[in-house]
Amino acid sequence: MSGIATPEPVSVTITINGRLHRAQVEPRTLLVHFIREQAGLTGTNIGCETGLCGACTVLMDGAGVRSCTQLAAQADGRTVTTIEGLADGDTLHPLQQAFWEKHALQCGYCTPGMILACVDLLQKNPDPSDQEVREALKGNLCRCTGYHNIVVAVRHAARAMAERG
Amino acid sequence: MYPAAFAYHRAESLEAAVELLGEHEDAKLLAGGHSLLPMMKLRLAQPEALVDIGRLPLAGIGARADGLTVGALTTHHRVATSAEVGGRWQAFAEAAASIGDPIVRNHGTAGGNVAHADPASDLPAALLALDGELCATGPGGARRLPANGFFQGLLTTALEPAEVLTELRLPAPGPRTGSVYLKFEHPASGFAVCGAAAVVELDADGRCARVRLCFNGVTEVPLDADTVAAELAGSDLDDAAIAQAVGDCLRVEEPLADTFASGEYRAHLARVYARRALRAARDRARTAADTADGAGG
Repeated sequence: MSGIATPEPVSVTITINGRLHRAQVEPRTLLVHFIREQAGLTGTNIGCETGLCGACTVLMDGAGVRSCTQLAAQADGRTVTTIEGLADGDTLHPLQQAFWEKHALQCGYCTPGMILACVDLLQKNPDPSDQEVREALKGNLCRCTGYHNIVVAVRHAARAMAERG
Repeated sequence: MYPAAFAYHRAESLEAAVELLGEHEDAKLLAGGHSLLPMMKLRLAQPEALVDIGRLPLAGIGARADGLTVGALTTHHRVATSAEVGGRWQAFAEAAASIGDPIVRNHGTAGGNVAHADPASDLPAALLALDGELCATGPGGARRLPANGFFQGLLTTALEPAEVLTELRLPAPGPRTGSVYLKFEHPASGFAVCGAAAVVELDADGRCARVRLCFNGVTEVPLDADTVAAELAGSDLDDAAIAQAVGDCLRVEEPLADTFASGEYRAHLARVYARRALRAARDRARTAADTADGAGG
């Protein structure tokens, strides 16, 4: 016999984009489901659900994470940033602005995860080469762009962020 | 895609984790979750309980004169970017750096990777080639297990059901030693189709004092090519000697085979990567020897 019929719910409190979200959830609730269904933030997309496509990437305590490969319970007490939390009021994050300006998206499905993975990259390496951008985005699949404009956008954003200081 | 239902327990201490494991027939430890959760979603694993040890103070890297300690919860990112690990245990740092992608490496843990014992993973062969040891704590207390013998089969290790892996240890390499991890990865998943870890130690005359050569991805448990290593002892390790030893002595029994790579292909990759890894480790050992002997003279 596998699994159990009625597991005790887990009390989970997660700060998402600066706002506290508290809920009793089934232990098997994934972080991405908590973000979408409890917090109502549907900018984080569900792609492959097996950790291979990167569409659900968010930041947890500042570091990129696949929110489909993380239990909500593991994120209890932690701070999460999603695509909705990047802009400063009406001012887009430099990566959002660069994706727009450089036409780094077509259908847009992979874009939130792509941008959060790039935030993770630019924190670690503020001035990446084309090759380093491509390596950093190894786990983020895009079926439209062919990646070229994404690389252009990330390097454009890196320059903009360096100039902004 | 949800895993099957399970009870969730967060362990507040190592002792509590061991106790919780003992209380359940079929409990699994959850660290980063990056190996376990995908398997649970595919229903390849359906534990009745998860014991979350992710917040225990088991992360950290300690480099001392006599060796390296890596806490079980140390992330791949931390291992891969550690100057200490990259300085003296290059094969281990390179294996960590080749796992998954940067986002996976942010949360996947060294202990979780090794305890999961996926044959296509990257740390096991590096751990074995560098003569690593594993520290585990169970109901009977703490014990140490050599990496040699730890991996017992597909996803199977020498850990007891209620034991928690706490730390990986690597002895300090000799002064004229170089190591490397090279990998032919599956183009979609990034898992090792063939990953080779090589360690070369030279004597004062620049000849081969000791070689270790181990593989991931080729067989169910990391393959220890000790016959190649024995053949190379005392040689001058030139390219011809390496090619000869690999050609004559590398045996791959019961290679893994799947739709992507046949057993024959994997065995071929092992020969190619054996030569490349041995040459790269030799070159690093020579550089290390120049530094060591230069400093001494």
